[in-house]
Amino acid sequence: MSLLTLRNLSVRFGSPSATPVVEGMDLTLDAGEILGIVGESGSGKSVTMMALMGLIDSPGIVTADAMQFAEHDMLNLPARARRQIIGKDIAMIFQDPMTSLNPSYTVGYQLIEVLKQHQGLKGAAARQRAIELLELVEIPGAAQRLDAYPHQLSGGMSQRVVIAMAIACEPRLLIADEPTTALDVTIQAQIMQLLLRLQQERNMALIMITHDLAVVAEMAQRVCVMYAGQAVEVGSVPEIFQHPVHPYTEALLKAIPEHSLGAERLSTLPGIVPGRYDRPRGCLLTPRCPYRQERCQDSRPLLQAHTTGAVRCHFPLTEAPA
Amino acid sequence: MLTFILKRLGLLIPTFFGVTLLTFSLIRMIPGDPVEVMMGERKVDPELHAQAMQRLGLDQPLYKQYFDYIGQLLQGDLGQSLVSRESVWSEFTALFPATLELSIAAILIASVLGLIAGVIAALKRGSVLDHGIMGLALTGYSMPIFWWGLILIMFFSVQLGWTPVSGRINLFFDVPPVTGFMLIDTLYVDDEGVWLDALHHLILPAVVLATIPLAVIARMTRSSMLEVLREDYVRTARAKGLSPARVVFVHALRNALIPVLTVIGLQVGTLMAGAVLTETIFSWPGIGKWLIDAISRRDYPVVQNGILLIATLVILVNFVVDVLYGIANPRIRHAG
Repeated sequence: MSLLTLRNLSVRFGSPSATPVVEGMDLTLDAGEILGIVGESGSGKSVTMMALMGLIDSPGIVTADAMQFAEHDMLNLPARARRQIIGKDIAMIFQDPMTSLNPSYTVGYQLIEVLKQHQGLKGAAARQRAIELLELVEIPGAAQRLDAYPHQLSGGMSQRVVIAMAIACEPRLLIADEPTTALDVTIQAQIMQLLLRLQQERNMALIMITHDLAVVAEMAQRVCVMYAGQAVEVGSVPEIFQHPVHPYTEALLKAIPEHSLGAERLSTLPGIVPGRYDRPRGCLLTPRCPYRQERCQDSRPLLQAHTTGAVRCHFPLTEAPA
Repeated sequence: MLTFILKRLGLLIPTFFGVTLLTFSLIRMIPGDPVEVMMGERKVDPELHAQAMQRLGLDQPLYKQYFDYIGQLLQGDLGQSLVSRESVWSEFTALFPATLELSIAAILIASVLGLIAGVIAALKRGSVLDHGIMGLALTGYSMPIFWWGLILIMFFSVQLGWTPVSGRINLFFDVPPVTGFMLIDTLYVDDEGVWLDALHHLILPAVVLATIPLAVIARMTRSSMLEVLREDYVRTARAKGLSPARVVFVHALRNALIPVLTVIGLQVGTLMAGAVLTETIFSWPGIGKWLIDAISRRDYPVVQNGILLIATLVILVNFVVDVLYGIANPRIRHAG
């Protein structure tokens, strides 16, 4: 049985008939697996994960056929019971570490707060465990850092603290929402390595939300490509990188500079992601798709099993891209 | 921090001169003079009038009077009342505790209720409750104090008879002054009823004085809270699985309080202005009533220096608030 199963998850804001921000999202994840979710800004990557965590507030509406995490039905769980899972079994790391920590409290306070909440640790024992956690995320002088305020830390240090908070209760699933976007390039690699090491040591499942296909290629076993709130292609990393089946995935891969060595210009996909009011009737990629046909304009494809995984396209690519 | 304090103190000097110049000229713009007021309805003999004016030093040209006044101030002399012949300082210190007690009660009411109302409105944003609270706050803010005070007196004191109409304490009780705070002094009296009587006298004027600050604090708390609730660290706190109460009160409110604290500090000025009206309506024997009486008697030294003392006080309170601000916000505390 898989650790996480999302079936037909949709998130809307406003009324149940509003244009969905995330639509018909299907996703499964095994224990200890690393999944990359890629897509442009606004494609619904973060919102999907926020929905799983129960962090979508009114007027947001979350609907799904299934939202199963281990033995818990996350969709129908009462708020109190869900709060015992999030932060403990499912933890999340956010994009900007500098704003993710509360400026009014010390690092130690915010770290110990998690230990208190989920493990009932107090006093010296909690402090000791907090120091261990900071050492685990390779923060030098961990004991002194406990009493530092967030503004006294660099971005990389802050992200390490956020990671320490997330892994404090040994989660089974860690969601990293663009954990390095706000950091320097040199720090990015360090943070990625740290996450990978922690994942391997603890056999956590890891969902890595990112813009960066290189990160996915390096770290993830499977990848989910999202476009305009829908998963368009899901599959294992080597295969998708070798033989993308969805035109959008192909375009994304072509836009990696290393794939265009020697070319005059970087390959791009013309146009922009459809907005709320100009969504095509058929496949959402139609206006931008180089392979579009008449059928694409009228009927919206479903996510269907394919040789490499699943794809949402009427005319999946069969050959390797030129 | 030290340069910050010195800069703040440096600001006191121009403010000080501004206030003296303003009160000095404003009180003299009011028709009539102290001697005329003292003589009352009787026809004033011009010669007697001139003699009295000369004795008070009021026959001098205005600029000379002003420089004499400043010279006196610089020697730390606040002068004496033209009417009672008491020194302004001793009158001020005798009456100030009453105003302070009223103001503290008012700011407590305003802060506690304002914070609660603001937080509720922010959490229930867009609901009927939110609109209701903000509507009431706007009404409260626009309320003329003297009218509001009279309405409350008519309803609670006259119609319902729940509270006394005026004063600080029933005159039958003999309360020896210890601290100057009636609620504390009455505790020394061996009769529980006396303390309750003092409380009854305090409650209505305190509510009237609290009305405007309450409205301001509620509105400020709401907007500050809404801003903070959108912050990433609030999302982090929720993602930790903390209870909503903990997220709101520990993670959001602490940060939302920072601008609210400043506003509470700024309300001290409003409070002093309000105290003048409130004390007059409720015959509360504080410096507000003292100043009003002094104005109607054209008691120049009392008006000038009483207002100067209040202005100094307001500036000092704002100064203290700035320091408190640093305590609430570690980013400021560690700067510099």
